[in-house]
Amino acid sequence: MGFLDIDNTTKSYGAVEVLHNVDISIEEGEFLVLVGPSGCGKSTLLNMIAGLEEISSGEIRIKDRVMNGVHPSKRNIAMVFQSYALYPNMTVGQNITFGLEMHGTPKPEREKAMKEVASLLQIEQLLDRKPGALSGGQRQRVAMGRALVRDPDVFLFDEPLSNLDAKLRVDMRTEIKKLHQKLGTTIVYVTHDQIEAMTLSTRIAVMNGGYVQQLGTPQDIYDTPANIFVATFMGSPAMNVVPARVAVENGKPMARVALHDGTETALPFSQGNMEGWDGKDILLGIRPETITDEDAADRKSSNIAHMTNRIVVTEPAGSDTFVTMTMGGKDVIARMRSDAEVHPGADFTFAVNMEKAVAFDPATEARIAP
Amino acid sequence: MAHATQDTAIRTGRAVRMLIYLVLILFALFYMLPLYVMLVNSVKPLEEITGGGMMNLPQLWTLEPWAKAWSSAQIGVEPTGLSPYFWNSIKMVVPAVAISTILGALNGYVLTKWRFRGDTILFGLMLFACFIPFQIVLIPMARMLGLMGLAGTTWGLVLVHVVYGIGFTTLYFRNYYAVFPTELVRAAQIDGAGFFQIFWRILLPSSGPIAVVSIIWQFTNIWNDFLFGASFAGADSQPMTVALNNLVQASHGVKEYNVHFAGAILAALPTLLVYIVAGRYFVRGLMAGSVKG
Repeated sequence: MGFLDIDNTTKSYGAVEVLHNVDISIEEGEFLVLVGPSGCGKSTLLNMIAGLEEISSGEIRIKDRVMNGVHPSKRNIAMVFQSYALYPNMTVGQNITFGLEMHGTPKPEREKAMKEVASLLQIEQLLDRKPGALSGGQRQRVAMGRALVRDPDVFLFDEPLSNLDAKLRVDMRTEIKKLHQKLGTTIVYVTHDQIEAMTLSTRIAVMNGGYVQQLGTPQDIYDTPANIFVATFMGSPAMNVVPARVAVENGKPMARVALHDGTETALPFSQGNMEGWDGKDILLGIRPETITDEDAADRKSSNIAHMTNRIVVTEPAGSDTFVTMTMGGKDVIARMRSDAEVHPGADFTFAVNMEKAVAFDPATEARIAP
Repeated sequence: MAHATQDTAIRTGRAVRMLIYLVLILFALFYMLPLYVMLVNSVKPLEEITGGGMMNLPQLWTLEPWAKAWSSAQIGVEPTGLSPYFWNSIKMVVPAVAISTILGALNGYVLTKWRFRGDTILFGLMLFACFIPFQIVLIPMARMLGLMGLAGTTWGLVLVHVVYGIGFTTLYFRNYYAVFPTELVRAAQIDGAGFFQIFWRILLPSSGPIAVVSIIWQFTNIWNDFLFGASFAGADSQPMTVALNNLVQASHGVKEYNVHFAGAILAALPTLLVYIVAGRYFVRGLMAGSVKG
């Protein structure tokens, strides 16, 4: 039994089931991120943990206590909303202590708790202001203060950074991570931003269409995605997925991929069981950063393959240069060093780290190997 | 939201502009004319009016007609002036406005933040109240008031006006609360606030503009109502409008036009005051539901 258990939980609106048999269990102090495109059911799941939406079937337990039908205020949770949801008619101080007041905490204790949280989040000078007079980042802090002051078992974050501008978002992301490391709280965090998911979490649940596609550590999710959806959703630029055919040459399985001019190159598989796939079509997944020039290839990799292909477009981004080429009839992006000598229209020899390559079944889109 | 600059105004020549102002001023004067006539004639002795100078300024200024209208004019059979009826109106209007506004706010809160099956149909039915002509309900309402033992009392009138007002106040508050962020209600729920705590502590403090709209609307309608007052009021609960009618329509004796004018102004004064005090919130509140930003 974990600290927070989501046990075979479904959610339906009338006859329409929007969440299908979700099973997630996390330990105390974990940072779980629910990530997926809009409409995947991640916010619905969060609201079910919060008690704002009913659970159609299954169980949600916090500290082994069944939460089905328990009022939100009695679950010992706190939530940070996307719009922050600060009470506009109250000062920052009143906003922070409102929950304690409603739970009947005496005033001196409320004041003390408020002071502690305010100094932790460095918002002491804002306590007498109204939310309307605060900037986005300050509101964000107050919203977190309101959650922290309750000292709940579980923190729920509903896309808390999506209303901030790009720079502030990165700052607040670090701030949240620091806070989690410092306080060791259990957090469930909803976002559609896969970078937030990767950077913050100890575990990620990638959701799509009401199903949990994969639950695992950020590294698991990134390196061994369960299917093509997870592979292409996580990572930016997305993983390249190209049609290939398996051919066993000298007892070694190879992926034969068509290059820009229709000639084929053979990329050797590194690990995994490709038996029974000889001669069959697969989809080969290659992350952009695993296609580089020879000098930048991972020296620790035991399986660097080479291929010469024509460069279609180069996009210098300062820190990296993105190179587009054609493989298997699809655009493939490689992430090169910014000083790699690449020119559009020229042929270039790429080094592919096949240790990191993933094979998918074209019919089920599930991962075959590794 | 960006502020509109002067540059967006249509450029017009000086002459055209003068013409526009002239026409506007003329319209304004024409519009103010009845008020002028009322004010001027309410501070004249009666002879000056009957002598034929209705538009002239008074030669002899006097507040006599105002005093008479307020405290000694013949209303029906008693020479009481309008003052007791003024208080009757106040006793009817204040509770009726307060109750209908609070009920409207509660309805709006429930219809937007505690949605239930069939809530839109219920709201549609409540809106119907806005379209029912007063005359249709006179007889059933008289029967109901009789059954409830409220016939001829101030509280009977309060009930009638509350029932008629709820449709409008619910409409106002529902539309206002519809754009009120539901996340605030959810945050308050998680914070442990109950149904009424959320209402009093979160929603109501943010409802200033729409409350003003509701109060102005209800106050003017109820204060100016004549039909229900004439139909359902007893001798000691008649509102100002009925008394004013009795004063003006008296069929015996000399027609004291100056007293009538003063009485009419007295009857109109409270609604005028409400508009002056709260009027600037009125438009703001009406706009609040429709335009965000």
